[in-house]
Amino acid sequence: MANATRLSIRHGHFIDPASGWDGAADIHIADGRVLAIGAAPEGFQPDRTLDARGQVVCPGFVDLRARLREPGHEQKATIGSETRAASASGITTLCCPPDTLPVIDTPAVARLVHQIAERHGFARVLPIGAMTQGLEGRTITEMAALKQAGCPALSQADRPIRDTQVQRRAMEYAETFGLSVFLMPLDPGLSQGGCAHEGTVGTRLGLPGIPEAAETVAVARDLALAEQTGARIHFHGLSTARGVAMLAEARRRGVRASGDASMHQLFFTEEQLNGFDANFHLIPPLRTQADRDALRAAIAEGVLGAICSDHQPHDPDAKLAPFPETAPGISALETLLPLALRLVAEGVLDLAGVVERLTIGPARILGRNLGRIAPGQRADLCVFDPEAVWIPSAETLISQGHNTPFMGREMRGRVTWTLLGGRIVFER
Amino acid sequence: MTTPNPQLDAQGNLKHFLTIEGLSREFLSEILDKAEGFLAVAQQAVKKVPLCRGKVVANLFFENSTRTRTTFELAAKRLSADVLNLNISTSATAKGETLLDTLRNLEAMHVDMFVVRHASSGTAHFMAAHADPHVCIVNAGDGRHAHPTQAMLDMFTIRRHKPDFTRLRVAIVGDILHSRVARSQILALKTLGVPDVRVIAPRTLLPTRVEEAFGVTAHHDLREGVRDADVVIMLRIQRERMNSALLPSEHEYFQLFGLTEARLSTAQPEAIVMHPGPINRGVEMDSQVADGPRSVILEQVSNGIAVRMAVMSMCLGNQNLNSQGQGELFHG
Repeated sequence: MANATRLSIRHGHFIDPASGWDGAADIHIADGRVLAIGAAPEGFQPDRTLDARGQVVCPGFVDLRARLREPGHEQKATIGSETRAASASGITTLCCPPDTLPVIDTPAVARLVHQIAERHGFARVLPIGAMTQGLEGRTITEMAALKQAGCPALSQADRPIRDTQVQRRAMEYAETFGLSVFLMPLDPGLSQGGCAHEGTVGTRLGLPGIPEAAETVAVARDLALAEQTGARIHFHGLSTARGVAMLAEARRRGVRASGDASMHQLFFTEEQLNGFDANFHLIPPLRTQADRDALRAAIAEGVLGAICSDHQPHDPDAKLAPFPETAPGISALETLLPLALRLVAEGVLDLAGVVERLTIGPARILGRNLGRIAPGQRADLCVFDPEAVWIPSAETLISQGHNTPFMGREMRGRVTWTLLGGRIVFER
Repeated sequence: MTTPNPQLDAQGNLKHFLTIEGLSREFLSEILDKAEGFLAVAQQAVKKVPLCRGKVVANLFFENSTRTRTTFELAAKRLSADVLNLNISTSATAKGETLLDTLRNLEAMHVDMFVVRHASSGTAHFMAAHADPHVCIVNAGDGRHAHPTQAMLDMFTIRRHKPDFTRLRVAIVGDILHSRVARSQILALKTLGVPDVRVIAPRTLLPTRVEEAFGVTAHHDLREGVRDADVVIMLRIQRERMNSALLPSEHEYFQLFGLTEARLSTAQPEAIVMHPGPINRGVEMDSQVADGPRSVILEQVSNGIAVRMAVMSMCLGNQNLNSQGQGELFHG
């Protein structure tokens, strides 16, 4: 891996949604930061020049939700394996939910995750701290200390708090320190035991259902609490048209709430469950065509400001069981870019728009100075070939998790170089 | 997305029997016709035919069952197959063995057919997807999804009393939500051309959008639901559903949905009454109906053996064809 300190990326199509750049421009980098866009400064001598002819140059992607499984579930994946997969996918910053073992509910665990990620050096990892100790939904965590340890936000991962008073207090305490809370809106009672959307497909297959109301009840509760407390909340992985409409309505009234969609929710519906393929076991579940269309519209209109991978790598055994008994989730880092390009091909967004939802969009939700390319900015960027065709397989995938429904299916779009702080951390 | 039917081989023959879904009316009729032939075997002095001699059938029951397991066992024995009964709920899984480990170990003992019952929907499909190519999987009930041999024995029983499916009104009463039997029955009835299938239950026991998903009509009033019905199928109510958020009490359930002679009075005079068993007398129906002239409940049990013989012999017979085909390929 070359570690040139002075780099030029030439002849590429440069997209930076934060500044509105969308056209040919060279990028010059020195000492980890962007030095100039366009013409090189007088006398600039790059150690290495990357020829990005026919390729897109854009900020490194910011992924608001990716499981790395370390510490505690290393049989599924490690920070090393998954950040390497991220770097191969153009992702330079990832947020990992706190449902590790031990849970990220103390500064020590947050720092551990940080340190391991830094030692590998493939991507920035921002650990999301737990809202409650052990994610048990009872006692709030030392949020000020978690913030100090580098947690940009707090969350319950996929274990929503049952007690609404605890939820309210956790949101208020987080707001004290300017921390937002990332919520997966799912009512625990209504979703208990469910593994499929409660609709015609789930009814026919006899799969225990998760009704739409499991999401809307939780969205309504948390929006009401955000309004009451003034706390800033972010909904992860919304799956229903009605949930998105409630978020849009609340935002119009000025409630400090945002939302994202998981990439696979923009493509699949409940119909995929026919045949019981465990790779389509997701929480929240794949819902109807109308829901999928509403999610696409919300992404296009910006009601949902980010697309995340919702990467959940698993060991093979986790998926080798009857559908309801399998672990939910898709290994999704490496298909993020090709699917984003498919959204462009299908007319949901233009290229700059989809790059926005993967870069400055999520960076704004995080409240971090990331996801853009400007002089003086840390040089986190990626160069990708939008036409490169490849096929996910046990040989081509870098993630330790091979649980993807795209196995063996042709993908279009592949990263050529990824730079983290001006350093080439991936090149193909 | 249309997935190829995993229970048929390349020639369209039955390889596994996992669900009614995706099978044609002709196919279901063929199973019923074949079962007619096997019905006579039970009347013979020697109740055996040599169709599956040398084959090994393993009953793999991860949920307790007496009736279904026994009739599968008898069916296999009457076909001259060797039968292994494995009550897994108390053995392997308790030691941490996975479903696939269990399957692999039994495959290593050269079992030809697995009859599988499991509490999770999709188990039979999962087993079929991972089984050795020469092994047949027969679904004896997976979660809430399917119980196709039960549905076929019910169709067989109906046909013996009401030969023309295209003129029937069929009412299914009880816990549709949790019932794999109901799902398979509805699919079989619709496939065989029954124009009027009704499901009758309180809202808590009907699956979401059941009318749309299955093309049935939903009723909440028993008298209305069974009006002019030719066939009334009662489903078993699990005790654990009572005194929960689903049902308040057995008393109220019987008052509203329990079948009595009086409530049956709106049905056709020659209507038959069915139940997959075991019956909770005084909950799903009273004894007067269960033991009455319109009840065909015990016939269902006898027919179950013939229908299971039909399904097992079809799968195992095709297995011979398949392995012969493979042989030729190797010689060629």
